[in-house]
Amino acid sequence: MTFRDILADLTTPDRHAARVVPPSGHTAWLTSFTAGAMTFLAVFALALSLASGRLADRWSEALARTATIRISAPADQQAAQTQAVLDLLATTPGIASARALTDEEQRALLEPWFGPDLPLDSLPVPRLVELTETGDGYDGEGLRQRLAAEAPGALLDDHTRWRQPLATAASRLRLLGTVSLLLILAAMAAMITLAANAALAANAQVIRVLRLVGARDVYIARAFVRRFTLRALGGAAAGTVAGMLGILLLPSADAAGGFLTGLGFQGAGWLLPLLLPPLAALVAFFATRLAAFRKLNELT
Amino acid sequence: MIAFDNVAYSYGGAELLSEVSLRLTPGSFHFLTGPSGAGKSTFLKLCYAELLPTAGQVTIFDREVRSLDRDEVARMRRRVGVVHQDCQFLDHLPIAANVTLPLAVSGRDTGAQDLADLLGWVGLGHLADALPPSLSGGERQRAAVARAVITSPDIVLADEPTGNLDWEMSLRLLTLLVELNRMGKTILIATHDLNLIRTAKQQVAARVLRIKDRRIQLAGADL
Ligand SMILES: Nc1ncnc2c1ncn2[C@@H]1O[C@H](COP(=O)(O)OP(=O)(O)O)[C@@H](O)[C@H]1O
Ligand SMILES: [Mg+2]
Repeated sequence: MTFRDILADLTTPDRHAARVVPPSGHTAWLTSFTAGAMTFLAVFALALSLASGRLADRWSEALARTATIRISAPADQQAAQTQAVLDLLATTPGIASARALTDEEQRALLEPWFGPDLPLDSLPVPRLVELTETGDGYDGEGLRQRLAAEAPGALLDDHTRWRQPLATAASRLRLLGTVSLLLILAAMAAMITLAANAALAANAQVIRVLRLVGARDVYIARAFVRRFTLRALGGAAAGTVAGMLGILLLPSADAAGGFLTGLGFQGAGWLLPLLLPPLAALVAFFATRLAAFRKLNELT
Repeated sequence: MIAFDNVAYSYGGAELLSEVSLRLTPGSFHFLTGPSGAGKSTFLKLCYAELLPTAGQVTIFDREVRSLDRDEVARMRRRVGVVHQDCQFLDHLPIAANVTLPLAVSGRDTGAQDLADLLGWVGLGHLADALPPSLSGGERQRAAVARAVITSPDIVLADEPTGNLDWEMSLRLLTLLVELNRMGKTILIATHDLNLIRTAKQQVAARVLRIKDRRIQLAGADL
């Protein structure tokens, strides 16, 4: 069974083969509907999978490379301790660069919480030192000990402590998305198999007559396979369009900077859901074909 | 063409046919008679492998039917035209499409003129577009005969094809089958219409097989 055979099965202008099986009324609509609903869900599972994948990558890669040192010292010692920390970092292996955030930067960080006219000078706000590690990384525990000795008010916050579970969760989410996608396709295969079996049972007499006049199994199967494949393709196309519209119309969460930032397709990612209708058609093709040949084998 | 060697058949209970050994040679013309329920239809079904013998061997076109795979069974049936006792139509397709079904399923083309001629001969020219359920029993039988012969098969097996027909139409169908036989086709007709058998014997060298006590024997010249 090559791809060319499949295409031939679907595109052969053999209207007679399609007509030998009577039209099936409402069950036809159910198959299209099932394929449509399943594909609609699959679009979201795909989006979820892609978005959580991006999130996992971004969090574990970009953020693990930076860390912050917070220096909470009495106002008169803060400058000295900050300088001590910077000196210490300059001689620590594995640190690519380090610099203290300016007042403006710190104000910008706090602004979302305290508003724009924050009197930074009059508050005991800790000084933040941002450091970037080299590819090899640094020894976190060693750095912590040296900091404790040289600048008692300095505290290393290496992000990973709280980012790590999130990155893990995000990659789990990607896995769940992928599993959901597979389950959706499997459920679609199962439902189409049920529908095909019902159609085959309802047309047992038709199949019998066709066998009696010398129809080969492939000819009989084709009539059913073609019908269910085209229905699944149609339903899945509608479901995909609806799902993609739904994602397109998601309110942009970029401004909030939260988790939802990337839940959507990006760039070429928009092409991926377009694979779903052909995939649904392929699933329907093989599910129906399998059901048809199994049924036909029960006949002489 | 068709050979039975010590064939037995049972539907699960007692044997309906036993120790059947016979040969239908190419170009022969046979009738099969016997009381209702004797197993005439069963015998025909054994011929084209709708049923497989419970014992013995059935050979068709020099192949033992059990040795045929599913595609080979399909190809074998294309060379055998069968008039089923219960006709076996696709009720959602018009008569014309039903009659040409054997051609359609084997990817062959129907000459529109051939179809019109054939339907005209069996008196169904005006019913080409009718659906099978709307036809009378006799009309259905004539359509079944038309379907059985449209492929010009090597063998025609007809199961009581004239059961619901008046005498005139029975003769027309007989003439059709006799013509096919003259073209070299092998014909087997199950019937208990003795008049039909007598009439046929005046036209061709028809032989009569009779089912009696589960055996099938060649009947004597008395019939
Ligand atoms: N599918 C079947 N299952 C069980 N018994 C059957 C079946 N078909 C026919 N029979 C029985 O086999 C016997 C012969 O049937 P059949 O071959 O149709 O006889 P005929 O055609 O000579 O009237 C009958 O008694 C009938 O009841
Ligand atoms: Mg009978």
